[in-house]
Amino acid sequence: MSKIIANNIYKIFGPDPLSVMHLLQQGIGKDEVLETTGHTVGLDNVSISIEEGEIFVVMGLSGSGKSTLIRHVNRLIDPTAGEIIVDSQNIIDLDKKDLINFRRDKMSMVFQKFGLLPHKNIIDNVAYGLEIQKKPKQERHSAAMRQIESVGLNGFEYMYPNQLSGGMQQRVGLARALTTNPDILLMDEAFSALDPLIRSDMQKQLLELQVKLKKTIMFITHDLDEALKLGDKIAILNGGRLVQVGKPEDIILNPADQYVSNFVQDVNRAKVLKVKSIMIDSIQGSEGPKVNMNDSIESCLPIILETRSKLNVVNDNDDIVGSISDKEVANILRKN
Amino acid sequence: MVLIKFMVKFLKKYSNYILYTFLFAIFIFLLVNGYQNSRYKPDSLMSVLGSTDWLLNWPKWLDVRLMHWTNDGFGSFIKAYGKYFDVVNDFLLGLIYGLKGILVLAPWPMVIGIVIAITFFASGRSLYTTTFVGIATFFIGFLNPVFWDKALETTSILFIGIFLCMSAGIPGGIAMARNKRVRNFFLPVLDLAQTIPAFCYLIPGIMLFGLGAVPAIIAIFIYAVPPLMRLTDLGIRLVDEEVIEAADSFGASSSQKLFGIQLPLALPNIMQGINQCTMMALSMVVIASMIGTRGLGDEVLLGLQQLNIGRALEAGISIVLLAIVFDRITQAYGATLQSRRGDREINKK
Repeated sequence: MSKIIANNIYKIFGPDPLSVMHLLQQGIGKDEVLETTGHTVGLDNVSISIEEGEIFVVMGLSGSGKSTLIRHVNRLIDPTAGEIIVDSQNIIDLDKKDLINFRRDKMSMVFQKFGLLPHKNIIDNVAYGLEIQKKPKQERHSAAMRQIESVGLNGFEYMYPNQLSGGMQQRVGLARALTTNPDILLMDEAFSALDPLIRSDMQKQLLELQVKLKKTIMFITHDLDEALKLGDKIAILNGGRLVQVGKPEDIILNPADQYVSNFVQDVNRAKVLKVKSIMIDSIQGSEGPKVNMNDSIESCLPIILETRSKLNVVNDNDDIVGSISDKEVANILRKN
Repeated sequence: MVLIKFMVKFLKKYSNYILYTFLFAIFIFLLVNGYQNSRYKPDSLMSVLGSTDWLLNWPKWLDVRLMHWTNDGFGSFIKAYGKYFDVVNDFLLGLIYGLKGILVLAPWPMVIGIVIAITFFASGRSLYTTTFVGIATFFIGFLNPVFWDKALETTSILFIGIFLCMSAGIPGGIAMARNKRVRNFFLPVLDLAQTIPAFCYLIPGIMLFGLGAVPAIIAIFIYAVPPLMRLTDLGIRLVDEEVIEAADSFGASSSQKLFGIQLPLALPNIMQGINQCTMMALSMVVIASMIGTRGLGDEVLLGLQQLNIGRALEAGISIVLLAIVFDRITQAYGATLQSRRGDREINKK
């Protein structure tokens, strides 16, 4: 059973959303609906399922509905139609009180512009989720302190958010989300407001934390490189419709339509594709240099160029699981 | 069931037309009613239509009977509920004179000392503001020894008025921010309260509470509560949407959001509202001297009546000084609050 399932979500903004549902079901597009009825389509029949412990990236340009989608998962936005199932429970049925408890227990969210509380210092910001749960101050602060340490912000706990840089503020946002120890993290363009160096730092930090924490993470971004770097699975939205869902290498190697292929054409394939996605089963003796299946093709290029022949591929336990050859590598890279 | 559904649908679709028809019917009723009851009603409708005189000058029978209704309604209202207003009157008077009694009884250097102490802590230990306010306070009495007690009386009326404004205006502003319908109801009411000339509500005040300080308080309330409500409403609505979303995403209840986030973040605006409220209350206290409210205002009035320019000037300056004292203290407190929350950049500007 998947951790989060969204079934046939529709979201229409406007005075009478239900009245335009039938238009969408006939397959009429977003622009036409806006022109004829004045209703804005946020999401058009989106279904996704997110497995426990994976980073699920939702990618799309602005206006594609990605931020709308993530707000359905904790019901900051209610769908016009459809169901959201978290841990086998349809959260659309929750009443106000249950919804508040659900948000307290199950998930927390990281925001693009951080959403920190400007009138509280860092430690109180990080402890905010526990304060809402009415935990005693001692407990809140010690839990907050642990997370502040885990994101490397020791020594800043009594400063105020506006005294920190953007990158540090977002680490506060991340620490705040982790303090309540939820199963699910919702990250809405969490790193988009940061400059490139700090962004890649934060991406690394998130991946390192994820190895330990194994949370279910839903990550929204408009940046394909970020999606490919973080995502175990990537969903691409266009105009409120789901265009493609798949592993990063699926998206690059088999784009579902013109929209996706336009997106992926400038991607550095050697960097994104892993050895395991192009290796073949046949084994080439047991001699010669070996490459790890989880390495990127880019990182083994020097060895491949040097040997100009087949290389054995090993898994993390050093067992040989297949091989790659220079020809296959050349083929994959040529598709650019 | 089908019929009801049909009715609802019908009403929804034509609600605008129904409203217009209703308003038009009221207008016709006012016309007919005014005509029928007018003292200047012509002998017959035909004699009106026969001549063109009534088109040149506004005819005396074309007169809506608002004055008549108001006076009748107000008269019977006072007859029926006057005794309750007496209770309110006694209560407010008691508060004002109690406060004034304490202030007047205290030796004047002590009062100045208290003002200086309040300013010192409210302004975050700013020596400049404290000295300034201290000198301003001293000069109120220094201008004319008679002014000191009168300033204290004005101050007590102000305090009670502002207290009433705050206890109604801040919750009112919160309600406006949280509910669109409440806001749509209150906005025109506040516009009305600010634009109707003050004398119009001094009159019902006198009729309900007699001459003196209490109708002044009522007038202060009506005149000074709008800016406080508006700024409270604005302050709460200006709180960053993402911060509210963040609170929601952690499962904050609406009271946790209100007291933990919206009110603290709206506080600079609310303080500005209290400041505006204070200034408007002070200006109303002066106007209210015309209905027998005592205090600094009646010194201005006396100067006017006696054509004593010097006295009017002294009284005018002392009112300005009182305004400065109130303004500096409330402004400084607002700024201190802001710097405590860490908005140092805002403070620097």
